[in-house]
Amino acid sequence: MTAMTKCPVAGGKIPVLDGDPFSPESLENPLPFQEALREAGPVAYLSKYGAYAIGRYEHMSQAVSNWQELTSGEGVGLLPPNRARGLLQMDPPEHDAPREVLQEILSARVLRSMKDNCMSRAEALFDELLDEVPAGGEVLVDGAQQIAAVFPVNFFPDASGIDPDGREKLVPYADHIFNSLGPRNELFEKGAGQAKELNEWATGKCQRDALAPEGFGADIWAAADRGDILHEHAPLLTRSLLSAGVDTTVYSISGLMHALATNPDQYEALKQNPGLARVAFDESLRVVSPVQQIFRVASTEVEIDGFVIPKGSRVLLSFQSANHDPRRWENPKKFDLTRDPSGHLAFGMGMHQCVGQHAARLQSACLLEVMLQRVAKVEMAAPVEYYHNNVLRGWGKVPMRFTLV
Amino acid sequence: MSTNAMTTGEKDAAQAAPHSVAGHPGIQSLRVARKEELAEGVVRLRLEEPNGFRVPDWTPGAHIELVLPTATQGALSRHYSLCGDRWEASSYEVAVLREPNSKGGSHYIHDELVEGQMLNVGTPRNNFSLSQAKRYEFIAGGIGITPIMTMIAAAEQLGIDWHLHYGGRSRASMAFLPELEAYGDKVTIWPQDEMGHLNLTFLAETVEHGRVYCCGPEPLLNAVAGAAEAWPAGTVRFERFVPAQLPEPVRTEPFELELAISKKVVTVGTQQTVLGALNDAGVPVLSSCNEGVCGTCEVGVLRGTPEHRDSLLNDAERAKNDRMFVCVSRAISDRLVLDL
Repeated sequence: MTAMTKCPVAGGKIPVLDGDPFSPESLENPLPFQEALREAGPVAYLSKYGAYAIGRYEHMSQAVSNWQELTSGEGVGLLPPNRARGLLQMDPPEHDAPREVLQEILSARVLRSMKDNCMSRAEALFDELLDEVPAGGEVLVDGAQQIAAVFPVNFFPDASGIDPDGREKLVPYADHIFNSLGPRNELFEKGAGQAKELNEWATGKCQRDALAPEGFGADIWAAADRGDILHEHAPLLTRSLLSAGVDTTVYSISGLMHALATNPDQYEALKQNPGLARVAFDESLRVVSPVQQIFRVASTEVEIDGFVIPKGSRVLLSFQSANHDPRRWENPKKFDLTRDPSGHLAFGMGMHQCVGQHAARLQSACLLEVMLQRVAKVEMAAPVEYYHNNVLRGWGKVPMRFTLV
Repeated sequence: MSTNAMTTGEKDAAQAAPHSVAGHPGIQSLRVARKEELAEGVVRLRLEEPNGFRVPDWTPGAHIELVLPTATQGALSRHYSLCGDRWEASSYEVAVLREPNSKGGSHYIHDELVEGQMLNVGTPRNNFSLSQAKRYEFIAGGIGITPIMTMIAAAEQLGIDWHLHYGGRSRASMAFLPELEAYGDKVTIWPQDEMGHLNLTFLAETVEHGRVYCCGPEPLLNAVAGAAEAWPAGTVRFERFVPAQLPEPVRTEPFELELAISKKVVTVGTQQTVLGALNDAGVPVLSSCNEGVCGTCEVGVLRGTPEHRDSLLNDAERAKNDRMFVCVSRAISDRLVLDL
């Protein structure tokens, strides 16, 4: 079988890539595949998977917003979904009402009103990490396991009103959901055995009587009481907070910690100008995008810069590749607080843009604010260890050395 | 927030609205690609992005602001429900009735506006969105059919049961009759000159997981509200063209606004709107209708109790006191803390 025969419409025009975005090598370091994808052309054909892929910024920014032609309702993975579809895997008009409800519940205004709560949690976390370290002293902190894996796993489910029992299951629960958007490889198989149990567990946590009387979960049920959504959809919508809102934030904060520790000069710049905190978070998302890629399905023939993707094809959208496109970003690998990262695609764009982004922004802003007050200097203490997931850029360890103020 | 993060570099052109109007965020310039008569006194406009770029997304029930450059009254801002196909990503459609008591907006569109002309258009907003349900009762009076057309399309796509009750002065004045014919007995047409007022007795009985969506002139809205008294809160939804009539403001003394982000305190005098006070203080808020119907000037309320004077929020939303429309709403408490 040759790859070219699988390119029915465009014949040989669409370049064929033999590289594999889901190989262990690509998951350890995704940049070489992404560069090959970008340099192949506006669209490439992935011979191993029979799917198309887009990696240049210009075409990605259009493709991501184009819900009419690049649809989500048949799933956003390589293969059709085998579980109840959440918001991410819906098209309009099915998507409209639940999206509006979540957007309201997770609005910037709501999250801003939670700042005091989030700040005191960030202070408590640093109190614990820096306990008994004298002024000017040094301490080793794992930015992945001791900061990123702790903070969102408590803040976001608490804010959602999810009962604290069993929190350790949250990351494995979402880990498998994201793995299942890739091929049926070892990563998928690893979580498949536990998936049903974790799904049931998560669904149970999202029933009305299991939720705290206040929180995003209760707000979803209140929206059902107001008639905005049907009550029968409330558990699934609540569950999407857990599947989409925890691991992604864990990894975005890990990436931020890594960016700071590998760029001590930028940390120093941030200390001089704490107003750059928001730029720092967005720039870290650009450099290492927590959601690396998703798929859409072409609902019609989709033309991208003269190349035609056949109707019915699965199309890989590589957020990270677009965020590293040198046509758009100068010196793209560099974490640089003098650049304006707006327009990065780590949260997506358009109708499906990350609805929880204000929650992620609040958490990173509070952690950074406290860190800047207490930590004079950061550097890496040992090499990072990545954690492989088919879709997420996961972190196992980010060993950092803090020098206290 | 850094101002830096809000700027858009030139490489970012694909993201910025390509025809955004300088100094007017949320306004873009679109071409009147088609103007056609749909029914007696009703024209439909098709507004296209001149280079075929995407226009901002919208959902059924949404409306847009058109800025109409009239010769005699200057720029008039008018809001119209979108009635086109949202799968057409680079255009909008609106249908406009010639209002006999027009303050100038519909007169301009009917008599002055020509195909090919560029028009400043706002970002879509939706105060009348379609909630999930197992059955929809759509009730339209006259030009109130426009948002309902997009809801019907959505209900059809979702495979949800619906019925339209559509009243108008006469068949000749009722837009979209040919399109609606395709839906057969899901549609009841009530031309007033043949059949009198819409029969609303079907509303006496509630429908489980049902919703009523009604858009039309004030007397129809009132009649539907009366006929649908048995329906639970939140299940009957209205879109108003004109603001509800309001009593005098509760509070007769000035009050203070504390602005949480810009860290200012602003006093609102008795003869001033909150919007005016904010603009005077150098904290501009986008606004459009200035009568509490369009939703453009929504501001988050962090503390304090607003006096809601808009025609947008329902009772449950008002009770939360977490937002207000600053063109008309005022304060009950001495101070409001705003998310600005």
